[in-house]
Amino acid sequence: MPDLLEIKKLVKKYKDVVAVDDISFSIRNGICFGLLGPNGAGKTTTIEVIEDIIPPTSGEILYKGRPRASSFKQEVGIQFQQTALLSSLTLRETLKTFQSLYNDPADIEEIIDICNLRDIEKRMNDKISGGQRQRLMLALAMINKPELLFLDEPSTGLDPQARRNLWNIVQKIKEKGNTIVLTTHYMEEAQRLCDEIAIMDNGKIIAQGTPLQLIKEHCEGVTVILPKNSVRIPLKELPFSFREINGRIEIRTNDINSCLNRLLSEHIDLTEMIVRSPNLENVFLNLTGKQLRD
Amino acid sequence: MSFKRLWAMFYARNLEFFRDRSALGWNFLFPFLIVAGFGMIFGGKDYAEYKVGFFPSQYESVSVSKIDLPSGFRATSYIKFIGFKSFEDGIEKLKHHKIDFLVKAGSPENEYWVSDSSPKGYIIEKLFRGSLLPESKVVAGKREIKGKEIRYIDWLFPGILAMNMMFSALWGVGYVVVRYRKIGVLKRLNATPLTAFEYLSAQILSRIFILMFTVAIVWVGCSFIFSFKVEGSYFDLFIIFFTGGVCLSAYGLVVAARGTSEEFTSGIVNFISWPMMFLSEVWFSLEGSSQWVKLIAKLFPLTHMLTAVRKVMNDGASLTDVTPELAVLVFMTAISIAVGAALFSWNK
Repeated sequence: MPDLLEIKKLVKKYKDVVAVDDISFSIRNGICFGLLGPNGAGKTTTIEVIEDIIPPTSGEILYKGRPRASSFKQEVGIQFQQTALLSSLTLRETLKTFQSLYNDPADIEEIIDICNLRDIEKRMNDKISGGQRQRLMLALAMINKPELLFLDEPSTGLDPQARRNLWNIVQKIKEKGNTIVLTTHYMEEAQRLCDEIAIMDNGKIIAQGTPLQLIKEHCEGVTVILPKNSVRIPLKELPFSFREINGRIEIRTNDINSCLNRLLSEHIDLTEMIVRSPNLENVFLNLTGKQLRD
Repeated sequence: MSFKRLWAMFYARNLEFFRDRSALGWNFLFPFLIVAGFGMIFGGKDYAEYKVGFFPSQYESVSVSKIDLPSGFRATSYIKFIGFKSFEDGIEKLKHHKIDFLVKAGSPENEYWVSDSSPKGYIIEKLFRGSLLPESKVVAGKREIKGKEIRYIDWLFPGILAMNMMFSALWGVGYVVVRYRKIGVLKRLNATPLTAFEYLSAQILSRIFILMFTVAIVWVGCSFIFSFKVEGSYFDLFIIFFTGGVCLSAYGLVVAARGTSEEFTSGIVNFISWPMMFLSEVWFSLEGSSQWVKLIAKLFPLTHMLTAVRKVMNDGASLTDVTPELAVLVFMTAISIAVGAALFSWNK
């Protein structure tokens, strides 16, 4: 069985700017695939070319092993990063309007329940909060029971609680077996929702794999963080690489057991110790030398 | 082509329009106010086309019978007499074209002042001098027009309705679609199976529905007050307004085909609508104008629509009589839809 989506040597140029630079990847059925990268990395352009919203400069996009047919739009759901809706319509009317555009739409009641829109279904589109708006956008993306769901930075601009609500909904959709393509610059979002990740920078894919694989491949060891006043011996006597930041000692080690044993043998108080495992942010930092949100 | 999708967009657009109370109210109020305003101005007996100043006078407004001017001139219709205390006051107004003519009241020499650059002043001068001649020396035979009188308001009313349709079509289709493109509504719709043809057809049909609804309401409202005379058939008028509305909406489609700048679109809409308003005989006839002006007027759908409407309304013409105008409108519609659809872009 072919991959659900195959991208081959995709290039998108705007005059002198190469937004997407010869990238290739494939997406298996039923997974959540993340395109992770900072703003301007080319994630949205990539996803919009795949969605058939903008044409590619060159390259090939195969859906179910074939070039996208006219039925492609019947089978995919799209949530854009920035978009507006028809004004003076309620949420329910908006859903109903979009439902009418598809041959085999989902049940509105079910969508309203999944996306927690029941309480606000009679409210006008322009009278809802940012979090409610993103949930409505997600509902619209799911109105046609899509096999493939594109979510372009779905939680950007949301407060932490609204973001977690949205993640819970996406998690539920994922559990139903839908394939999801998600772009984000939040490493926490990618780590929590994605089964596979492609890290993008300057229009190129610089690393790809499962979150765990990427971390294992590109980051070594863990960081042990201690308050400076709990370390009462000269730091240079310790056989670890370390640095001092804001009254804290950060020790980098590949062998956590030996490190902790040595600290205990030196009678260092570990009550306020923090052990931090590497994450995708570290992967990106190690690969590019810059932060995801630079 | 899916009628389900077309209907969904048609219905959604109508909901938007009818729920926007301010826009809805203005669509009805604007033509009504214009017709009512012009009805009062041109229909009333106090309407004055020319302004004649006289001095000396203590008051600005004086009963015409009490002004010491030649009686023939004083009795001329469509002249408003304005009193000035002194010659200096009057001549100042004449220099600035606030009045068309200045005359000294009670002057045995009938002294008057007029600006050589003022066409109205020239006419009044002729009237003034003519009124000084004894009636017996004037040789002219007056003959009455036979048949029904066409009031100015009967002539103007279809023009106001058509003009309102033009603005509503150009702004309602052109400007709205460009705004939707700018804020991303079109992009969202492009992500669905909706085709450009379905979307644009829905926009035109929705606008036609709104236009015809507005025309009907304003017609009934104005007719109640002004008692318009329709010599021809109401059905024929409906057909002409409908065809004209489709054509004007199709023009809006061309405006809406590309672009995301609302400011630029406003400019384009104004660029199209203003010449159309002035050259399509909404307000005044182009009879006697240069040939090139008449030729340009023929390029505008409003001209053909108004010609047909007035033929039916004022002269009792039938659809057969206005076939040339309808054919031109259909032709213009086809061209506009083809160009609009070919140029249309969901994104930019």
